[in-house]
Order: sequence, then C-alpha cells, then structure tokens
Amino acid sequence: MAWQFTSNRSIYSQIVDEIELRILNGTYEMGMRLPSVRDLALLAAVNPNTMQRALSELEEMGLVTTQRNTGRTVTTDEAAVSRARDAKADLLVETFLSQMKMLGLSRGEVLERLARGENKEGEHAIQ
Amino acid sequence: MQSNNTQAILEVRALTKRYGPTLALSNVDLTLPKGKIIGLLGPNGSGKTTLLKIVAGLLTSTSGFVLVDGQPIGEGTKSLISYLPERTYLPDWMTVEDCLDYFVDFYADFDLQRAREMLSRLNVPANKRMKQLSKGTREKMQLVLVMSRRAKLYLLDEPIGGVDPATRDYILDTIIGNYDNEATILISTHLIADVEKVLDEFLFLKEGVITMHDTTDNVRETQGKSLDELFREVFRC
Repeated sequence: MAWQFTSNRSIYSQIVDEIELRILNGTYEMGMRLPSVRDLALLAAVNPNTMQRALSELEEMGLVTTQRNTGRTVTTDEAAVSRARDAKADLLVETFLSQMKMLGLSRGEVLERLARGENKEGEHAIQ
Repeated sequence: MQSNNTQAILEVRALTKRYGPTLALSNVDLTLPKGKIIGLLGPNGSGKTTLLKIVAGLLTSTSGFVLVDGQPIGEGTKSLISYLPERTYLPDWMTVEDCLDYFVDFYADFDLQRAREMLSRLNVPANKRMKQLSKGTREKMQLVLVMSRRAKLYLLDEPIGGVDPATRDYILDTIIGNYDNEATILISTHLIADVEKVLDEFLFLKEGVITMHDTTDNVRETQGKSLDELFREVFRC
C-alpha cells in the first residue's frame, strides 16, 4: 500500500515525518537495517531521488546512520531518539494549544478537558 | 558539436515545428539533467508527442536543434534513447517470446533477464500472441520491453493513459523499480495526480511553448499546493 501524502507540503518532508514516526514508536527498531532506497521508494510509491533526500535529512537529524557495506540502519543512539521524541511531542503540544486557543478555551479549561479525555482515549479522534 | 555541459542529457535550442500553417512547437529551449524523472505535462494538443518524436528522431524539426548527450539527433542518439510511443506497435501475430527475440535482435542494451522477470509478474504465457492479450496487458508488455533497455534517456508518451488504476500502479512500479540514477526518464501525460509523486521535475507545455520548468518539491514548498492543483489553475479552460 502506497503512503498517503497531503498536497500542501513537499513529499520528501512528509516522508521524513513518516519514517521518523516509525522510528520513534519502534516500528523501525533501533539498530534495524533499513530497506534499500529503491525498495523504500517502491513501498512509498515515490521517486527514488525523493526518498534519498528524505533519508539524508534523517541522517542529519541523527536518526539514521550509514555504514560502509551494511547500508542504512536506524540509529542505536538512545539520546538522539529521545531528543527527536521530545521535539516532536513539544511541536504537537504547541499545535494543540494554539488550536484550543483559537477555539476560545482557557488554559484551565484545556487542562480539565485533557484530564477527562484520558478515560475515553481516542474514541472520536480525528486521524 | 560536443556539449560542455556533462550533466545535461538533453539540450533543445530554439526548436520550432510547423505542420503546414499549424505551429506545433514554438521556439522551445530546454535543458534536462541526467538522473531525473521529469514530467512533460500539458493538455491534449499542446505539442507533447511532437516534442518526444523529434527527440526520438522520428520527426524532423522546422528549425532549431536538439542534442542528446552532446550528440545531434541521428543513428548515434537512437541507441541512447528508449522510446515508448502512444500506441503499441507490436504486431498481432507475434508471441510474447517473438517480441523478446525482436528486442534482443534490435537493441544491444536490452536486458532479457530483467524483461523476463517483469513479465513473470504479469502472468503472461510466453506462447501467447499479441492479439490474444487485452489492451492493458499489451501496453504493460510494451512498457516492460522499453524499460528493459539500459538506455540513457527514456521517452514515455502517455504510459498511463487509458488503463485502470491497478495497471497504472504496475506501470509506475515498473518505472520506479527500473530507474537507475544515471538515466533520465521523460514522461508525457495529462494525468498529473497519478505521476506527481514520482517526478523530480516537470515542464508545462502550452500551445507549443514551455511555460514552466521547475522541481515538484519547489512547487509544494513555495506555493503550498500540489502539482495537480497548479496544473488545474494554469490550464483552466
């Protein structure tokens, strides 16, 4: 199944997000060898050059490493993964809070709703 | 004339083509790099097929010139180019095996093993004749033959026109799976949404004139819209 992309952002940055997510949630385990660029491009149904660009960015982020001969693997550096997870979580919180502010909710109301929401986790979530 | 730009696989300068009073291509200038998948996009009648046929050496231009890997169009460039025409040309009486032999005889760069591998995914028996195959299967067969050459420039004229979405996926998989990063693939189509994920760059051709040449990522980054949306705006009727 090809990956889904939205139309308002570049495809390579959406691939970066998707692979980052898979690394952060453990779908791609630490130290795991990644498929080749061509195979990943086929999986995502995208141009191999686009996949290459996304992987280079993930390398710069420290989430993916390239070894001679063995190809690309997910990093084994737990600090790098945990840094990326923090950054991602902060970004999501920031987005969430600004959307709540746009709805006109105060900080107190938001916190109250969060506490209530824990019980019925994800029931009506917007994917 | 030798090209001093070693990164360019195709250079087109001041290319004009007239069919009697009709201007099909008007003063087209174009430089395409090596190792990219490029979309030649435009509505029906914009000159896409004419441009591809001139580069393939099947039509002569009215004026201007074309260099493929630094060489003028001729016998030498034909061996560098693998061309998929709009309509399949495999004769009805030929079997799948006959077609493979035909390509082996014609093209020194034809990779028979690769072609057989791809055909096995199609489940087409080697003794079937072309007339026994469906239109879609014949088109897939033709694409497999064209993509099995180790060419430097692939010219694909509407490879996904007139086939169902599953076949479209097979065709795009075949293109991605065979792509090697030295070769350039020029794909003409008006079905933008289906190809945009595989394009590095695109050209908009409007009434014989190149109106835009950019990277697909750049459109999304600077304009916040997909190529499909941009196309609909630019070519609104």
